[in-house]
Amino acid sequence: MSESEPERTTEREAETLPTGASSVVTALEDAGVTAAFGVQGGAIMPIYDALYQSDIHHVTMAHEQGAAHAADAYGAVTGEPGVCLATSGPGATNLVTGIADADMDSEPMLALTGQVATDMVGNDAFQEADTTGITRPVTKSSYFASDPDTVGDTVGEAFALARDGRQGPTLVDLPKDVSNAEDVARPGPAEGPETHVVPDEADAEEVSRAAHALADAERPAILAGGGVIKGEATDELRQFAIDHGIPVITTMPGVGAFDETHDLAMEMAGMHGTGYANMAITHCDVLLGVGTRFDDRLTGGVDTFAPEAEVIHVDIDASEISKNVHADYPLVGDASTVLRQLDDALPRAPDAEGWRDQCRHWKEEYPMDYDAPEDEPLKPQFVVEAFDEATDADAIVTTGVGQHQMWAVQYWTFTEPRTWISSHGLGTMGYGLPAAIGAKVAAPDQEVVCFDGDGSFLMTVQGLSVAVRENLDLTVCVLNNEAVGMVRQWQDAFFEGRRMASEYPWGPDFATLAEAFGAEGFTLDDYDDVADTIAAARDYDGPSVIDCHIDPREDVYPMVASGGANGRFALQEEHL
Amino acid sequence: MTGELPGPAPEERPHPSGRRNKQGIRIDPQAEAEPEVRREVLSALVDHEPGVLAEVSGLFARRQFNIESLTVGPTAAEGLARMTIVVEETDPGVEQVKRQLRKLVPVHAVRELDAATERELALIKVGDDDPAGVAAVAEMYGGEAVEAGPEVVTVELTGTEAEIDAAVEAFERFGVREVARTGTAALAGGTEFTAYDDTTTDD
Ligand SMILES: Cc1ncc(C[n+]2csc(CCOP(=O)(O)OP(=O)(O)O)c2C)c(N)n1
Ligand SMILES: [Mg+2]
Repeated sequence: MSESEPERTTEREAETLPTGASSVVTALEDAGVTAAFGVQGGAIMPIYDALYQSDIHHVTMAHEQGAAHAADAYGAVTGEPGVCLATSGPGATNLVTGIADADMDSEPMLALTGQVATDMVGNDAFQEADTTGITRPVTKSSYFASDPDTVGDTVGEAFALARDGRQGPTLVDLPKDVSNAEDVARPGPAEGPETHVVPDEADAEEVSRAAHALADAERPAILAGGGVIKGEATDELRQFAIDHGIPVITTMPGVGAFDETHDLAMEMAGMHGTGYANMAITHCDVLLGVGTRFDDRLTGGVDTFAPEAEVIHVDIDASEISKNVHADYPLVGDASTVLRQLDDALPRAPDAEGWRDQCRHWKEEYPMDYDAPEDEPLKPQFVVEAFDEATDADAIVTTGVGQHQMWAVQYWTFTEPRTWISSHGLGTMGYGLPAAIGAKVAAPDQEVVCFDGDGSFLMTVQGLSVAVRENLDLTVCVLNNEAVGMVRQWQDAFFEGRRMASEYPWGPDFATLAEAFGAEGFTLDDYDDVADTIAAARDYDGPSVIDCHIDPREDVYPMVASGGANGRFALQEEHL
Repeated sequence: MTGELPGPAPEERPHPSGRRNKQGIRIDPQAEAEPEVRREVLSALVDHEPGVLAEVSGLFARRQFNIESLTVGPTAAEGLARMTIVVEETDPGVEQVKRQLRKLVPVHAVRELDAATERELALIKVGDDDPAGVAAVAEMYGGEAVEAGPEVVTVELTGTEAEIDAAVEAFERFGVREVARTGTAALAGGTEFTAYDDTTTDD
């Protein structure tokens, strides 16, 4: 490519559309968008006016943060960008947490924000914020639409960019005069920017080297990240692991990439991963990481991470290679394509019978057991397992952030991709309920269960009004420990038990609160009622909330201290 | 607190003896060495539009890359600008900079320049007590006085970063009032195109 690149030529029909806003909505429809989540407001009103004529189902949210989380979860469930809308200024800034969350978890999402008229931009006009400036660090790209004749193309480009390659959020800021401009050109089909080159096959020689390393391994392991699910490579990964007898560990976003009931499943590794996953990842000699960024919650201290493993790293984003953990065999490409390449190049399955026995032994040695004495308050693990038993394999689980999130991921047995929807990278309290809304809109035929914390639930509880309005049949189970429990656990372990600002001397009655919103409320605090209450909440046709009073003393284990060695996971506080 | 799980305690488990360094590279504990910092000149071809400089500099700030200088200006191709970025990073650091830059939508190509032609322009304002001495030093570094006002002389010179450093030092004896430097601009040597991306093979 020299400096004088040819101009991209796009065939454009002479057809015009009435306004810039109608061009935006046409671009969304052409891209296949059928649902959007948002909140009205001055600068975005022209876009909403154009939506008035559209078949796109708009879900009116109670808060823009919820709109962003709902769009994020919609994207996580469908694989196509979820769309959220907000007005300028506070509308846009309220979206930011949700955009950053989608960015950290590589969720496909398109945010459309209203903006003051172009000639007012930069003047601190009413409800003006530098939205592209604020969101640039937390998006794949943040566009400022300045031309009514190309605004629809820009929206299409942002949509394609969010969807293609390593997925993520994009944003288009829409000044009011651009949206209101009349007689604008019809947008062309959604196409990503030409500079966004998406790799497919990995370098064949590198694949061959990696395949030989894997074949020679004595203690091989696969680490499946969220990229396996987002790259639609779940089938290839399962096939590869099973055909060649390689144990599979997952990251937290990778939960669902492998069937947790399978003999080779080691489940999630990292801070609150299983003991056996952390043993396997610490002792393996070749680690095939697919679609993972080797986040610090997974690796613990990098000095002790898989310290004897040669790392094969498959990722569609070249900038992830050797960013956190050095890749001995970097394979940049699409996860499913590269797994097929590896399969073809593998000279033989690794001879790993002894290693598989060792992994099985670790599963027995470090079981995820817990005590649930009848005479003590309810254990959250029991409630999660009871829910799991009551529901089908395709039920979708969303969560807030904290201990309840970890119990949910540890004690629910995930077998299918796109059923575990959580805030992994950013760790955003309040994600659970709006994510459940987005998931239910995306998959109306699948059951949706949100495990929330009492602290997390309060951050976005207004979403209940949306769930009731939209008659979304979802169930929220608040694992109520009358505390921001995860903080309380850390205070006990690392701050000599000084429980500053972590316990709630008083909290709302969530069942009554649910009813005030028009949802069905339940209270649960007895083992004898668990099955019946879960059944009643699930039977209710509409949103229901179970205020489940759990043992406030319960802690999450295993635990790897921040920056610690995975192999030294604690099974109780005394080990920390 | 409750929540204990069964199983051997940390000290009762086997632990591997290997280790990795801060860059996540497996190391021989006997021969542990931190990677050395090197100076690299990167050239990036970018869209010439508002916000691109902010995007690139934001990336550097957020990821804590050490930049020595960053220059930007239009190219012969309409709509494209060239950024020349001098970084001081370890090997893995330089690779990260390049990969992160390539990911930005307005960035068309990124190239690490080895045998490049590098130049920087400097304006150096010194006292005029010794005009002949100033002229001599200016000549020695290939510069010239571009403005001689009351009490001060402004000298313009171009050269590599190291040459300018040396010149500024040489001018110290006349009393350097102020210095303005552009930072390094660079083009690949010979017939090579600076704009080629050295990782994609399809262009
Ligand atoms: C928006 C936000 N603020 C603060 C935190 C810090 N934080 C992490 S976990 C946690 C506790 C959450 O409490 P709750 O939702 O009740 O969950 P629990 O740990 O009690 O299950 C807090 C405060 C966060 N993750 N997100
Ligand atoms: Mg709580």
